[in-house]
Amino acid sequence: MTLLTDDQKMLQETAASLLAEEGSIAKQLRHWRDSDCYDGFGHALWKQFGELGLTGIAIAESHGGLGLGATEAALVLEEIGRNLTPSPFLTTAVVAARAIAGSAHGERWYPGVLAGEVVLALAVDEGPHHAPERTALEAKRQGNGFVLNGHKQFAVQAASADMIVTAARTSGAPGERDGITLFAVPKDAAAVENVHLADSSRAARLAFDNVALDADAVIGAIDGGWAPLSQALNAGRAGVAAELVGVAAGASAMTFDYLRTRQQFGKLIGEFQALQHRAAHLYGEIEIARAAALKAAGALDSGDERAELWVSVAKAKAAGVASLAVREGVQMHGGIGMTDEHDIGLYMKREAVLGELFGDLHYHRGRVAELSGY
Amino acid sequence: MADLDSFRADTRAWLEANCPQEMRTPMRSEGDYCWGGRNWSFQSDAQRQWLEVMAARGWTVPDWPKDYGGGGLSADETRVLKEEMARIGARLPLVSFGISMLGPALLKFGTEEQKKHYLTQIARGEIRWCQGYSEPGAGSDLAGLQTKAEDKGDHWLVNGQKVWTSYADKADWIFCLTRTSSESKQGGISFLLFDMETPGVSTKPILLISGNSPFCETFFDDVKVPRDQVVGAVNKGWDVAKYLLGHEREMISGMGLGGGGSLGAATRPADPMLRAEIAAFDVDALAFQAMSERFTALWKAGEAHPASPSMMKYAGTELNKRRNELVMAAGGSDALEWDSERSKTGKAPRDWLRSKGNSIEGGTSEIQLNIVAKHILRLPGA
Repeated sequence: MTLLTDDQKMLQETAASLLAEEGSIAKQLRHWRDSDCYDGFGHALWKQFGELGLTGIAIAESHGGLGLGATEAALVLEEIGRNLTPSPFLTTAVVAARAIAGSAHGERWYPGVLAGEVVLALAVDEGPHHAPERTALEAKRQGNGFVLNGHKQFAVQAASADMIVTAARTSGAPGERDGITLFAVPKDAAAVENVHLADSSRAARLAFDNVALDADAVIGAIDGGWAPLSQALNAGRAGVAAELVGVAAGASAMTFDYLRTRQQFGKLIGEFQALQHRAAHLYGEIEIARAAALKAAGALDSGDERAELWVSVAKAKAAGVASLAVREGVQMHGGIGMTDEHDIGLYMKREAVLGELFGDLHYHRGRVAELSGY
Repeated sequence: MADLDSFRADTRAWLEANCPQEMRTPMRSEGDYCWGGRNWSFQSDAQRQWLEVMAARGWTVPDWPKDYGGGGLSADETRVLKEEMARIGARLPLVSFGISMLGPALLKFGTEEQKKHYLTQIARGEIRWCQGYSEPGAGSDLAGLQTKAEDKGDHWLVNGQKVWTSYADKADWIFCLTRTSSESKQGGISFLLFDMETPGVSTKPILLISGNSPFCETFFDDVKVPRDQVVGAVNKGWDVAKYLLGHEREMISGMGLGGGGSLGAATRPADPMLRAEIAAFDVDALAFQAMSERFTALWKAGEAHPASPSMMKYAGTELNKRRNELVMAAGGSDALEWDSERSKTGKAPRDWLRSKGNSIEGGTSEIQLNIVAKHILRLPGA
């Protein structure tokens, strides 16, 4: 494993200071949650991401982007996770931007993304559990185009998106990887329910009732959507793993500070060995999760043939560790940790959503088993 | 880079020409390791030859200075050598506590004379060392050790007892923590080196729950140790001891991997409940593999926290215990056979029982967590 380059360290510092300043819980998450805004995130910060080039992190330099990899995206996402910053960065700049790379849709949408004006989303899940090969949303040929019938759920920020990359079935049966096609579904084409999740983020349910699309809405090859979908999902999974590491790091930093300042029985509670050992265990687990997330990102960037395995390892590990971090966080804070006023509970809610996104830890443990041949 | 490429080409050619075929096969058991020492009997001519050619080149300890029997290789060259050895499946020519534990401590704390003398012997595999640390009354509280070394002018007079001395019955020399002052707990310890054949030294193997005896009790009864065989300053042996423990933890932390790879792939669990548990383990094991790679890179670059080997040791050993639990579960009643040939003389249950010591030796898991809490998390009163 190679360590971060100087350029990567610089990017990490830029992201860290930007998100600590402008992406803080008070300025973003609580502000948008308590003002009950439609999007659940701030467009001004997205615009600022654009000015810094971050919205184009995965867009090729020939299209005006930074042309960087999963490792750089992971560095930014860890900071987003640490600050619980609501942002379309993951869905737009990491996932959807990759799904439309090399297609005419890239040319169409990249300028808006680069400017921080456009939001893109991905719609893949159809039930409460991630199972992309079970895509059933039907896309039937009609005249020169397609007509779509079915539904999607847990499409993160899709209600705010200008375009939704949507996985639909053009042939075969649910459960088969062949026969899936990606479509660029424009805003307002499907009926959208803007669902508020536990962490006050937004993820749409989409209803497709005879939605007609032109043939040029197809991204890539008809029936051949599995490969670009997997690429986009794996970029997303590696990204979520990094964001979960940030969530874990943010929650644990808050908790360790509490252990150093809260007094009971005339002592700082961090003096109690029962808590010290749990804290030290948690610290090690977070280090391991970060190593796994960086390993997965590096494997994607270098085209490692085991990249998919490392991605599932990272997502499963980071989800498990972030869950531990927020559970220990709330428990060690005691009563104050149960209040809405304290921020630690916000980490617990965010972890639940990210843990589920693009496959929960059970899904990815299963993938690790399959990819290891058992 | 060009230099490194030509080093790789030269190394590859040299290994091809000099590594005996027999030394390119995987080690099957503990007995395949070459520990060296005065009483070592080589398993084969190939084992002897391999040690001799590698030692002549300084490649038993490739990154030690040439003056002390090493290869004088840079970190990059050492890595290339390891890669090239791995490429042909070459065995390590020599393993020893001299290389992994005493050597690094001598390099840091030894006098020029001591380095020239002891390191050269270690590099050639001439002297096999053991470690005299724990005592019956000083386990986790190691600094509470009582083995006394009295200053008798031209020599130290050592009396006391050590326990958990690995391979004391096979070792030639011991590096030993002794109490030279009772005025301060950590500040009254000195790090002595002496010959296990010195009159007054005796050993007794300890039979473990695994049925094997890799450890001994070691007794010192009026053992005379020449004055100059102390490493570092008198009463400053704790600094040497701590430094050496860091290396030991680094070494033990790698054991969690054990080259084991995917446990699921090795055991093919049919039961879905067990498969799920093994998959959960494999996630943790692979994540730890990524951590080990990252830790090694960070450590070499000087970017790792000095206490991070404690985190690695804790995580790696706990993982190895879990691996062995699952191997037993996957094996069912087959894994209970103790001495049949079928079971390779009970490899599974003996490994399983032996692994329980991983989180005790070299500082218990609880001690490692104390260290992380104190030095990394800076928790109060830790």
